[in-house]
Amino acid sequence: MTVKTIQAPLPGTFYRASGPDEPVFKSEGDAVAIGDTIGLIEVMKSFTPVIAEEAGTLVAFHVENEDAVMAGQALYDLDA
Amino acid sequence: MAIQSLFIANRGEIAVRIIRAARALGIRTVQAVSAADGDMLAARLADAVVPVGPAHASKSYLNKEAMVRAAVESGCDAVHPGYGFLSENADFAAMVEAAGLIFVGPAPETIRRMGDKAQARREAEAAGVPTVPGTDGVVSDLAAAQAEAERIGWPVMIKAAAGGGGRGIRVARDAAELATLFPQASGEARAAFGDGGLYLERFIARARHVEVQVLGDGVRAIHLYERECSLQRRRQKVWEEAPAACLTPDQREALCASAVRLAERVGYRGAGTLEYLFDGETGEFFFIEMNTRIQVEHPVTEMVTGIDLVQQMIRICGGETLALAQEDIRLDGHAIEVRICAEDPDADFRPSPGTITALAVPEGDGLRFDTMLFAGYQVPPFYDSLLGKLIVHAPTRAAAIAALAGALEGLKVEGLPTTTPLHSALAADPEVQAGTVHTRWLEGWLEGRAAGASSPSASPVVPSPA
Repeated sequence: MTVKTIQAPLPGTFYRASGPDEPVFKSEGDAVAIGDTIGLIEVMKSFTPVIAEEAGTLVAFHVENEDAVMAGQALYDLDA
Repeated sequence: MAIQSLFIANRGEIAVRIIRAARALGIRTVQAVSAADGDMLAARLADAVVPVGPAHASKSYLNKEAMVRAAVESGCDAVHPGYGFLSENADFAAMVEAAGLIFVGPAPETIRRMGDKAQARREAEAAGVPTVPGTDGVVSDLAAAQAEAERIGWPVMIKAAAGGGGRGIRVARDAAELATLFPQASGEARAAFGDGGLYLERFIARARHVEVQVLGDGVRAIHLYERECSLQRRRQKVWEEAPAACLTPDQREALCASAVRLAERVGYRGAGTLEYLFDGETGEFFFIEMNTRIQVEHPVTEMVTGIDLVQQMIRICGGETLALAQEDIRLDGHAIEVRICAEDPDADFRPSPGTITALAVPEGDGLRFDTMLFAGYQVPPFYDSLLGKLIVHAPTRAAAIAALAGALEGLKVEGLPTTTPLHSALAADPEVQAGTVHTRWLEGWLEGRAAGASSPSASPVVPSPA
């Protein structure tokens, strides 16, 4: 087993849910399949989903909900 | 009591604009900055800066408590909210006043009253300002609908009372069509929403967006003529003009007089805008809503009237009575503003934050560029995409469009894609030049353009409006 760190594909604000009253897309410990939505990144009021390109188990998030992220910044660790 | 020290509760180009206006009035400026904005132009220009929170706007520029605290602690006696963010938040205006500061805008009660669409519509009706004709609630049956439609005027839009977002809307051009469509719409609404209730509203196929700029001191109000902002994408204005070339002098007079009546009725203080739909085919105009703040497109009005609206609102809210009389306001020529945004018009307007590697701004008579940019500036991804506004002023509309085309050639914003090429294409478009556009024209034009781009052999497409 190898733990990989997945980076933010673009800069913006990271969201772990689709709305303030919605459940989070993924919690730590959740299984991740290819194509799963991990979160959203808002760039200038436009939202882009962060899609898993690899399957595994989500070990830990490096950012909190509504945190500012830069492109390439560590988003989450995946045990693949 | 004149304002001595002004807190700017906003960012971007409007913060720069407010700082310049305040400085011209000899007022000290204190700029609010989020964690992402320490290097922005307004922060460089202001006399002082105060951090107000993290990058995310909900924790900084939308944080009422943090803003009021920063304004008080930095020794300011007034707060300018700009546009967007907290500018039309009545609770924020009330908190500023409760802290003993001046809110550069109307009274909190006015913001609240005009921010409620139904209440604003009632105020308009009471002031004798036309609103979009429609039924007062649900119509009981077809006979009632026929009678109401005759009163409203054809064509009428049939809307489901329980619907939303345009669902279940039908348009009837005459009594025969209404007789067919009304029962259909009712049945469909019952099936879809469990409620067959319908109401009717006048349908305006080619509505134009016109809006009147007003200034008031709480008692007296004047207008500074109108703007036309019919070129919109997803309800966002992209190109604005003053005056509205579609109006006759009589229509202009009636429209602007109606705005003054409504502004005086609500005791309006500061700069405000009344938005209307204009039906070019019938010459009728209908009030839709009021924006109780300075607007993005205010410079076109400044260019054709010579009045500095931001200075005026600061002076009035600082306690001066309105120094201008209606006769002082004269229209001179034609002005156009285009919004230069960090978006890629060739990639479905994808947002494009990044670093400005080089900047060249055209200069000359009748040219103005209101911006937050400088070479080396890193445009943050956290806020809206507006980078600046290119404004031209010329004796006629045709000359203004020609001047705009030239100015766009001279504007070089390097380092990220912007909407500049879109505006060059619009300035060259025969329909834009003829002024025969309406609020849904641009989206049709963009679709036609995208379709043309995917088949390289196709000749340039100018679609008929949707």
